[in-house]
Amino acid sequence: MTYIRPNFRHPALPRNELGYTRRDYEGALSTLCAGCGHDSVSGAIIQACFELAIPPHRVGKLSGIGCSSKTPTYFLGRSHGFNTVHGRMPSVATGAALANRELVYIGVSGDGDTASIGLGQFAHVIRRNLDMLYIVENNGCYGLTKGQDSATADVGSASKKGVPNPYPPIDLCAMALDLGATFVARSFSGDKRQLVPLIKAGIAHRGFAFIDVISPCVTFNNTPQSTKSYDYVREHLASTGTLDFVPVRQEITADYEAGYTEEVTLHDGSVIHLYKEPDLDVHDRHAALRAIREHKEAGRILTGLLYVDPDSADLHEVLQTVKTPLRDLTAKELCPGSRALDAINASKR
Amino acid sequence: MKPTDIRDPEFFHRVIDCQYACPAHTPVPEYIRLIAQGRYDEAYLINWESNVFPGVLGRTCDRPCEPACRRGRVDEEPVAICRLKRVAADYRNEERIRARLPKAHRRKNGKKVALVGAGPASLTVARDLAPLGYELHLFDDQAKAGGFMRSQIPAFRLPEEVLDTEVGYILELGVVTHFKRYVESLRELLEADYDAIFVGTGAPRGRDLKNLPGRKEADPYVHIGIEWLASVAFGHVESIAKRVIVLGGGNTAMDCCRTARRLGGEDVKVIVRSPFAEMKASPWEKEDAMNEGIPIIDNHVPKEFVVENGRLVGMRFEKVRAVYDDEGRRSLVPTGEPPAFYPCDEVIIAIGQENAFPWIERDVGVVFDKWGLPVLDKETFQSTNPKVFFGGDAAFGPANIITAVAHGHQAAISIHLFLSGRSVHDRPPPQVNLVSQKMGIHEWSYDNEVDDDDRYRVPHADLEVALRDRRVEVELGFDPATAYREAERCLNCDVQTVFTAERCIECDACVDICPTDCINFVEDEEDEAALRKKLRAPADNLDQPLYVGGPLKTGRIMVKDENVCLHCGLCAERCPTAAWDMQKFLYNVTKAAPLCSL
Ligand SMILES: Cc1cc2nc3c(=O)[nH]c(=O)nc-3n(C[C@H](O)[C@H](O)[C@H](O)COP(=O)(O)OP(=O)(O)OC[C@H]3O[C@@H](n4cnc5c(N)ncnc54)[C@H](O)[C@@H]3O)c2cc1C
Ligand SMILES: Cc1ncc(C[n+]2csc(CCOP(=O)(O)OP(=O)(O)O)c2C)c(N)n1
Ligand code: SF4
Ligand code: SF4
Ligand code: SF4
Ligand SMILES: [Mg+2]
Repeated sequence: MTYIRPNFRHPALPRNELGYTRRDYEGALSTLCAGCGHDSVSGAIIQACFELAIPPHRVGKLSGIGCSSKTPTYFLGRSHGFNTVHGRMPSVATGAALANRELVYIGVSGDGDTASIGLGQFAHVIRRNLDMLYIVENNGCYGLTKGQDSATADVGSASKKGVPNPYPPIDLCAMALDLGATFVARSFSGDKRQLVPLIKAGIAHRGFAFIDVISPCVTFNNTPQSTKSYDYVREHLASTGTLDFVPVRQEITADYEAGYTEEVTLHDGSVIHLYKEPDLDVHDRHAALRAIREHKEAGRILTGLLYVDPDSADLHEVLQTVKTPLRDLTAKELCPGSRALDAINASKR
Repeated sequence: MKPTDIRDPEFFHRVIDCQYACPAHTPVPEYIRLIAQGRYDEAYLINWESNVFPGVLGRTCDRPCEPACRRGRVDEEPVAICRLKRVAADYRNEERIRARLPKAHRRKNGKKVALVGAGPASLTVARDLAPLGYELHLFDDQAKAGGFMRSQIPAFRLPEEVLDTEVGYILELGVVTHFKRYVESLRELLEADYDAIFVGTGAPRGRDLKNLPGRKEADPYVHIGIEWLASVAFGHVESIAKRVIVLGGGNTAMDCCRTARRLGGEDVKVIVRSPFAEMKASPWEKEDAMNEGIPIIDNHVPKEFVVENGRLVGMRFEKVRAVYDDEGRRSLVPTGEPPAFYPCDEVIIAIGQENAFPWIERDVGVVFDKWGLPVLDKETFQSTNPKVFFGGDAAFGPANIITAVAHGHQAAISIHLFLSGRSVHDRPPPQVNLVSQKMGIHEWSYDNEVDDDDRYRVPHADLEVALRDRRVEVELGFDPATAYREAERCLNCDVQTVFTAERCIECDACVDICPTDCINFVEDEEDEAALRKKLRAPADNLDQPLYVGGPLKTGRIMVKDENVCLHCGLCAERCPTAAWDMQKFLYNVTKAAPLCSL
């Protein structure tokens, strides 16, 4: 009987610039159902952080409530973490990001946590363009509470219970685009080749990066009548094209495929290479919305990078906060003394 | 790539590194699990069936299994397989074992087989054929059976009682023994009424340094290693001078120097031509010798025995260093330093053995090659005279006990086929069995948890006590509690990950959970080399197979690199569709006759 992962690792695992292997980015052994898509997303986050050579202690991982929101325990075991109240991850993330702007913030949420109870907070964190990566592990149901239909379930889709869902779905990508999100993508837990570079780009992006990851619930929503099952998603996938992420530090000589059709330079100087088949201008918000709708009408799920604005002003820039993380400011900087106060008061007279 | 055909028994056999490396293919993990369960009798019988001398081998085996052991690739050291074998022998219940061993066949089958030499090879043939009713005649020039196990391996490594008991198990099957009988002529045997003859006479001639200056004059003070060890074993030699040089770097040299320390040698040195790291002796033998205060001086080529007034006073050596050419071939090049002189009173030459068949006439149909070895069929051990079979050191030159045993099994099958009027090439396939170990979602009928413990050391007898008497066994064996901990280090490599492509939904759960990055879902490739480059973790151990399954629904294939799989079962626990299952694969080399019921 094991719930324990062996401590031995492959003796020749590649190391990143920090000297860490992918295994240094692991977390505790998952307690999710065997085959849950969420575990694959954790695997993709581990891979992305390893490849980006992010020091694990420089990451803050946040989540709400749900099977998806449990997953931060299963990756980046040496990072900071916060499980918030159901649907309230964005406000805690905002507080954390304001207090310490130096960490990389990764939020993981579910379709219930985001599109139902957390819809309000979701809308506002987008508006504020908080510098974070926000991943929704979208399985079309409330996995943790035994599979009730969620607000992203398609009309007519039926979970294990067998009753078709009567309500129209919320498309979280469309909503994010509508509310002004500056990085929007959709992916599938079963396609790490697409998901890993998206996560890397989302982390590098300055501002709010949103990835809606279809992530099947094997236990409650992997039925033949479900539109969020492994089989259905695989059969109905369409893509805006493949992509590579080239971090700043890396010389472009690396083994990235040639022949990309577009290059997007992010704020920090890293680059996204896009290899597009259907033509989508990733800088055109309306085009992205249209493409999502058209694919949906044709019965396809459009994945890939949908929209990016690399040069937007994030919340810190809008608020003009100091470069020093707020938590590092001492009484000396925060209370400059009566002379400074007098000067300020005088300037207002 | 073609999907792997797991119905080919050799695929999963290869995954069981230790068993695959064992010349007799002993089912190692199966007996290690039995030891962990305290079922020593069953563990012993599994060994006995495969390697005939578990008590002997648990102390003396060359253990090719251990360098092969998978644990050595993920942990610092392999499982102490050999010492666990001894545990099975040490704690078995003698009475219950005897009750389960095969009995002498009451009705003989009318066929008569002569076995020349009573070493492990002949004894194995005898054991395998006895239950089939053959009349077996065993010849040896010594007074007791055992061959080199008796005459060469010193008692401080192998107590005589251990050998006597295990040799006894075989002789009690009704073997007719002709001891103290040196066979002078193969022709005579062929002309007698034997239906087949097995030659297991070993490699009985020790090499000398005949042409070295001073060799003749020094003769009274110079011994040939294997002759000297035999004289010690049989009590003809009981002492040696204080200063002794042992020439040679193999296991015989190690046994000679350690024996010399016990017979009065105070200043005993091993002096060897090759660099220390390239000596033939096993690392543990060198370690044991050095622990007994015996220095090993390498890169010294013997040049001269120095004799003064009819007495040996020492030896002169040329200092060399090893130089390698482009193909890695070594030559020893003199360093140009002045020759080194080492004083001594006696010298033991332990620089190797040779085969010698002075008793085999060259006109009885047995053809020898230019190295003086018999021309044999490598699979059947039949010589160019169809009635005559060879095995052990006599077949392909000096090796070890477990190799002699493995030869014996195959020769016994050949003899049985030959005397049943069937083709000797009609070899029986191995007996295999593949059974799921699943008992629940997280429950398996083997202990799949992987322990972190480092290899346990076997305790040794007190050095002073051991050096006082050559019969005091040095290694004391594991106590049952330590044996359990050591047994738990085994990764159960015989519990195979079996993949059913039709069930896989490509959820990646197994890829994500696998602690050692064995599993991959990738686009297919034409050849294995290209496939190996695409995997998650470097797959550059070409001795280890890739397990290929699929194609799957997305058109990709599943590729598992077997190299460092921990057999932890997590992939199967995480798979939602039971596309992975953990199944125990038993592989047994078929013997001439069924032996004991397990
Ligand atoms: C010093 C030393 C230490 C060793 N230690 C180990 C060890 O620790 N572990 C290990 O695995 N291996 C060890 N070996 C090797 C091992 O002993 C042999 O490989 C093995 O015994 C070979 O078995 P065999 O059956 O071929 O013949 P042997 O064991 O050599 O037996 C052959 C027998 O045939 C007899 N014989 C020969 N010619 C005739 C004849 N014409 N008529 C009658 N009888 C004859 C010989 O006297 C001998 O008794 C050691 C060898 C030496 C020399
Ligand atoms: C305030 C509050 N309301 C309701 C719940 C019950 N609850 C727990 S998880 C959950 C839904 C989770 O769904 P989702 O975010 O999609 O996560 P999944 O389990 O599907 O990954 C609900 C309703 C709760 N924990 N807290
Ligand atoms: S770990 Fe156990 S089964 Fe695996 S190779 Fe080593 S001894 Fe054999
Ligand atoms: S048993 Fe499965 S999970 Fe465990 S090491 Fe082997 S392949 Fe990986
Ligand atoms: S866990 Fe099972 S279903 Fe999922 S990819 Fe692995 S073998 Fe296939
Ligand atoms: Mg959900």
